[in-house]
Amino acid sequence: MSDAITVAGLVKTFGSSRALDGLNLVVRTGEVHGFLGPNGAGKSTTIRVLLGMMRADAGTARLLGGDPWADATALHRRLAYVPGDVTLWPNLSGGEVIDLLGRLRGGLDQKRRADLLERFDLDPRKKSRTYSKGNRQKVALVAALASDAELLILDEPTSGLDPLMEEVFREAVQEEKHRGRTVLLSSHILSEVEALCDRLTIIRDGLTVENGTLADLRHLTRTTIQAELSGPVDGLAGLPGVHDLRTEGGRVRFAVDAAALDTALQQLTAVGVRSLVSQPPTLEELFMRHYDRTGASTGRHAEARR
Amino acid sequence: MNALTGAGKLIRLALRRDRVLLPLWVFLPWLFPLAFVAAFNSGYPTAQARQEYAETSIHNTAFTVTYGALHGSSLGELVTWRAGFIPLMVGLISMLTVIRHTRAEEEAGRRELIGATVVSRHAGLAAALITASGASLVLGMLTALGLISQGLPAAGSLAFGFGLAGTGCVFAAIGAVVAQLTTSAGSARGIGIVVLGAAFLLRGIGDVSGKADGGLGWVSWLSPIGWVGQVRPFGGERWWVLGLAACAVAVLTAWAIVLSGRRDLGGGMFHDRLGPAAAASGLRTPLALAWRLHRGSLAGRVAGFALVGFVLGSIAESLGNVMNNSTPAARDILARIGGPGTVVDQFLVGMMAMLGVVSAGLAIQAVLRLRAEESGGRVEPVLATAVDRLRWSGGHLAFALLGPALGLVVFGSAVGLAYGMNTGDLGGQLPRMLGAALVQLPAVWVFAGLAFALFGLLPRFSAGAFAVLLVSTLFGWVGAELELSQWVIDLSAFAHLPQLPGGEVRVLPLVVLTAMATVLIVLGLAGLRRRDMPVG
Repeated sequence: MSDAITVAGLVKTFGSSRALDGLNLVVRTGEVHGFLGPNGAGKSTTIRVLLGMMRADAGTARLLGGDPWADATALHRRLAYVPGDVTLWPNLSGGEVIDLLGRLRGGLDQKRRADLLERFDLDPRKKSRTYSKGNRQKVALVAALASDAELLILDEPTSGLDPLMEEVFREAVQEEKHRGRTVLLSSHILSEVEALCDRLTIIRDGLTVENGTLADLRHLTRTTIQAELSGPVDGLAGLPGVHDLRTEGGRVRFAVDAAALDTALQQLTAVGVRSLVSQPPTLEELFMRHYDRTGASTGRHAEARR
Repeated sequence: MNALTGAGKLIRLALRRDRVLLPLWVFLPWLFPLAFVAAFNSGYPTAQARQEYAETSIHNTAFTVTYGALHGSSLGELVTWRAGFIPLMVGLISMLTVIRHTRAEEEAGRRELIGATVVSRHAGLAAALITASGASLVLGMLTALGLISQGLPAAGSLAFGFGLAGTGCVFAAIGAVVAQLTTSAGSARGIGIVVLGAAFLLRGIGDVSGKADGGLGWVSWLSPIGWVGQVRPFGGERWWVLGLAACAVAVLTAWAIVLSGRRDLGGGMFHDRLGPAAAASGLRTPLALAWRLHRGSLAGRVAGFALVGFVLGSIAESLGNVMNNSTPAARDILARIGGPGTVVDQFLVGMMAMLGVVSAGLAIQAVLRLRAEESGGRVEPVLATAVDRLRWSGGHLAFALLGPALGLVVFGSAVGLAYGMNTGDLGGQLPRMLGAALVQLPAVWVFAGLAFALFGLLPRFSAGAFAVLLVSTLFGWVGAELELSQWVIDLSAFAHLPQLPGGEVRVLPLVVLTAMATVLIVLGLAGLRRRDMPVG
């Protein structure tokens, strides 16, 4: 089995609201997969279906070769989960929670536990009610990362962590990847996704809107070109795929779709290029395109925000 | 910015949040005194009939413990005496209301959000106190108006109304104090309910002893629950007792403010200590986790049951002596209804039933722990491990079913020990009392099963089990006076239990109730296996 998770056409409704509306998601074994979407897009609902907590109304979901609902207990021995909003039993200490969750799953690597506690700078003796949000998050992370699970499902795991701890988290996930573990990482932190993920899936309103590698997705959006030319250029304005063209004397600035890049550059070189700056689309722009609720005029929005 | 800046807005917030609960809480206690007026008017229309009713009731110790001492046979006195359990209700409600708007808010982190806006340090406490006290005053005034409208003397009606309002305000202030002590709302409620239980018990001991010319009559003055009776509505009102309530409110409120000023946001008077860095080797199953979550309240409950059992067992013995001290006429009446042994048994039947209801409440609470784990987001990390829903819920269910069993065994043994030692019949009384306590268990299990079935099938309505318990208990207490049809009273699981000690032992109802509890639990499990988790 080369896919750790395959979800196809998943539908889940709560009363009259449709949380998932034909969602697709494929996570290959051994990869770190970014799972992105605006708040309320259905990320946590998808994860709950994958964990067998909720039953989908339609569509299929397979997890580690099994049915997430029917084989929940057996599958859970092979995965570890960090919820998005970690709440713990107030009268248990952090160390007790880590051990308990590990044992309920079927074991914990004590050496890694000690190592992670030190790296995350977490005092395991404190009662859970005294932990801050970030520290509760660390408890759940240590419990998951110190397990021997082959699949890690992390739902916005770094919310509440400081930048230093976020760095520790990134290192830890990189290590897990090198050991061949699969990670499903739901996140809002774009630099984190950029640094960690091999492939990603973007969902919106319960539907998958993009998936692929970061390079694939970058292809789908526009590159910004700034050039100083030897003379005036005429052919650009009418070219399909060129947007937001501005000309000041010999300088031009425009955004161009990936498909039209080659033609646009030919137009420039025909005139003669003195200097050229090309900016690849940032991940932010990529997201704005999908996160923006109005949808249509995404290019301008992304431009305006920069 | 003065000490109360923002309190007005917080009161509106509290009223908005409680817009359904609070009117209900005011309406329910208001209903009973009026219903009793109608009931006594139709059941005991003449002064002669009321006199007879009073004479039989005055020596019923179970009545005295539940309702307080009866001092006369006028309609007003009978009605307010029979409504003597209402101060308990009002106290509980206003105390829980205050904790709900103070410590519970703080524990959930919402007070921090509010505290960062333009509100003063004590505004939250003040708003909660004013809301709960205001509701008590409204209840008191409505009750007084209701009684006056039924033709009862205005002075007595007002005295009773103010008495109820006073109890509500005192317990609101007690709620404000206990909310400062602990960091969790659950423990604050626990401490508050212990205080309420102690007040109830003190009134019982004082009033029973007072009637037997015992030396402990003063004890009932320690109980805010007893102050309503001490005002003597319709029996030569002692208005100054209301001043006592006002003083108590002032002192308790000041105490709460001092405590609140000394601690940090989210902190309590009792500090959290460091826990172990690693879990004990036993903490590896859902049952072990449930034990960690339930053990504190279970220990407190068992200790409470032991104490109450011991006290009641000791009081019971002194009841026999009442016979020797009472007037020939009273002795004659007691003899007619069955002799001294019967009086003691009657009292104990009432107490066993009372503890059965309390146990059912605690069993429901233990089941609702499952719901709290679900809505608090703590169920997901557990169910994402190799634990299925049956094992997870089984851990908590074990405590909901066996916890009350342990409590009742301890209670029955304590009553048996105290009563047996005092009467020199330990070998006979211990098993007798143990049995009498244990027959409550099937009814307790029915309520645990009901709560669990709701949790599995209609999780949002899980707490409805409490409402069912409350209604069926009230029907049991007042059904006869309100002349409810027998089938309504029979809806309560408790109505079918043998009246032990002293009554006839019938096994069939126990078997039927246990079977019902089993069916309810199976239904709950079936629902739980199929439904989504968590349901918000």
